[in-house]
Amino acid sequence: MSSDISMGDSHSEDHHDLGFIRTYIFSTDHKMIAKQFLVTSLLFLALGGMLAAMIRWQLGFPGQPLPFNLGAILPDTMAPGGIILPEFYNSLVTMHATFMVFFALMPLMAGVFGNLLIPLQIGADDMAFPRINMLSFWITPVAGAIMLASFFVEGGAAGAGWTSYAPLSTSGEWTGVYLGQILWLVSLIVLGFSSITGALNYVTTVIAMRAPGMTWFRVPLATWSLFITAWLLLLAIPILTGGLILLLLDQTIGTAFFRPEGSGEPLMWQHIFWFFGHPEVYILILPAMGFVSEVIANRSRKPVFGYHSMVVAIVAIAFLGWIVWGHHMFQSGMNPFLGMSFMATTVVIAVPSAIKTFNWIGTLWKGDIHFDTPLLHAVSFVALFVIGGLSGIFLASAPVDIYLHDTYFIVAHLHYVLVGGSLFGIFAGITFWYPKMFGRMMNETLGKLHWGVSFIAYNLAFFPMHNLGVQGMMRRIYDPNQYEFLQSLQSTNTFISKSVFVFVSVQVLFAINFFWSMRKGKKAGDNPWDSNGLEWACPSPPPHGNFAEIPIVHRGPYEYSYPGREQDFWPQNEAPVESFGASTKPEHEHGE
Amino acid sequence: MSDAVTASIDRTPEPGMGVFNKKLGMWVFLLSEVMFFTSLIGSYIILRYAHPDHFAAPGELLNVNLTAANTFLLICSSVSMVKAFAAIQQGDLKGLQRWLLATILMGTAFVSVQAYEYIMLAHEGFLPALADYTAHAGGPLYGATFYVMTGFHGAHVSLGVLALIFVYIRALRGEYTVADHEGVEVIGLYWHFVDLVWIILFTIVYLI
Repeated sequence: MSSDISMGDSHSEDHHDLGFIRTYIFSTDHKMIAKQFLVTSLLFLALGGMLAAMIRWQLGFPGQPLPFNLGAILPDTMAPGGIILPEFYNSLVTMHATFMVFFALMPLMAGVFGNLLIPLQIGADDMAFPRINMLSFWITPVAGAIMLASFFVEGGAAGAGWTSYAPLSTSGEWTGVYLGQILWLVSLIVLGFSSITGALNYVTTVIAMRAPGMTWFRVPLATWSLFITAWLLLLAIPILTGGLILLLLDQTIGTAFFRPEGSGEPLMWQHIFWFFGHPEVYILILPAMGFVSEVIANRSRKPVFGYHSMVVAIVAIAFLGWIVWGHHMFQSGMNPFLGMSFMATTVVIAVPSAIKTFNWIGTLWKGDIHFDTPLLHAVSFVALFVIGGLSGIFLASAPVDIYLHDTYFIVAHLHYVLVGGSLFGIFAGITFWYPKMFGRMMNETLGKLHWGVSFIAYNLAFFPMHNLGVQGMMRRIYDPNQYEFLQSLQSTNTFISKSVFVFVSVQVLFAINFFWSMRKGKKAGDNPWDSNGLEWACPSPPPHGNFAEIPIVHRGPYEYSYPGREQDFWPQNEAPVESFGASTKPEHEHGE
Repeated sequence: MSDAVTASIDRTPEPGMGVFNKKLGMWVFLLSEVMFFTSLIGSYIILRYAHPDHFAAPGELLNVNLTAANTFLLICSSVSMVKAFAAIQQGDLKGLQRWLLATILMGTAFVSVQAYEYIMLAHEGFLPALADYTAHAGGPLYGATFYVMTGFHGAHVSLGVLALIFVYIRALRGEYTVADHEGVEVIGLYWHFVDLVWIILFTIVYLI
């Protein structure tokens, strides 16, 4: 990988011959760790997608045996004769969400791009604590293995929903799942250490290891959003860990923190979970916002519209995320006055979100837009995030939520934000930074085809769910046909399922493109997108130690199409010509 | 890269918070620890307000005097940790070793007294589990919250003692100097944090 390491001087000379294990398996190099996270979390993404397809099979074709003789593979405790059992359906719903949230999206956001981009974009040679970074990755497969194992134990995998509400989750007598629920708890407790150690690294690295001249307001928005996300991880994950430990004690040694039969408080679990859970929502979306800002500015060859307001909006969203958790609990029995204050704080989040949306459109406005795959994904992100954001305002208002709570409207909303938002943002990020990771471009034709089919199938799958929700179809329901008033929705459900199958299948194109381009893609060169960030000032892929010498930063990251310049980009580390000889000081005194 | 211009420029990175990375990292880590203990303490406060009948009056079940003495011991260990750090700042390696050993011994004593307290309480039927709880005062929520909070604190002290032993071995090998004693400072931060958490726990669990 590091064939042209000739420029690696002081940073890399002691890293030359590390051998296979230290290079590819127990690597402390942030870029290798990013790639490890990428491969594992894409595998978990695929698994989550397959679970989703099985959920949709049951809803689209209830009571019919699974296609392709899948029933022969699954044991009779899951799907006898290929027909999914209600208990297994509960596990499917729970594990789909768990894998997607904790093992796919979170590592894709923070694990992959936090590791790849933070040191490169701030001009550092590696993370502050490379060995802790390695630990942070290796915890993930351990936690994943525990979670996967829970499918194969007696009683099956956890079935109390990814929120594991008490008292449903406190005892196996409600769900029929005993060991599976315990493994679910243990796995997430273990995984929490991965998030905390990762976040610890990101925060320290951004604060302490920025290159000379890289003032706070010259930091690219991807790193800004990952930095703020790291703070959310750092402060929110321990809350979840605490709650999970209490629930685990309820399950195992018989305490009664959340068990009403021992005067425990089931509602307290919801408070703990959502006090973590709402910052978690922003952990899952803020990094994507950062990637999209970078891609849109670069591909429209324009500075980000309102860079400062973008940064302020990220911080504002992250802050507001801490005081809105009650909007998940409007229907859990809440003082209406308290509900109203949660409703007000929630609706306020629309303001920074709208600022960001406005700025993205402002950046595109009259730009020299290059419609390649990263931009298409980024613009899709903006469009779908707006839809998800607007349905969020419906749900945020307590009176409306009374009707929509726990219906397919919420399923539509969260998938618009987490798939339409986060996942398309991740695709924008992967296609944009792929050349930096692997030194080769992804195939444009395959990329556009994957984007186009995904975008259409995605909307066909999830938009009709709003309607299902308004008609009263419950979230997590095994067979809606058991209610007469939902029977007329079966044709919509079948249509949604078919769209989901298209959406899931077309991801194979992405996988083919991903692996094919690694070997056969066009050579990328250092800076294939004519970008300004420091990550493009080093070779693709960067050698151990990244930069031949510490880069000096002279300007912000979005100086595209600067008037009077021949090139339409102006790298952050390019020395200003006029100051040659006149001033050798970096200008970070007036550095905003 | 534009070598000609950059060659003469000061190469120091942008200043962080004016502290070295490990210390900054420890501060950041301790913030996440604060949130962890907040979740446990918060649950305790909620349960205690919701079910005052489950919680005995101060001193009725728990041995406040014993734990007060134990608290004093832990505060003393914080002082000795400060003395250890002050010693190596002066380049006094012997002083560092002596005060580290004192800190380790007091930390170990604290955990031992806590273990003794647990055994005594368990004999009286003061247990975390709903089914086994037979103590004459309070209800099962009392035992559960007590053992979770003090237990996780005790685990933190134990880990701190292990880390201190590691630092002590390095000190015996003479690996710390006036110029380089980052490890002592970082473990010191952790130790003071654990001490501070205990003062809060002692107040809300034993005194109030």
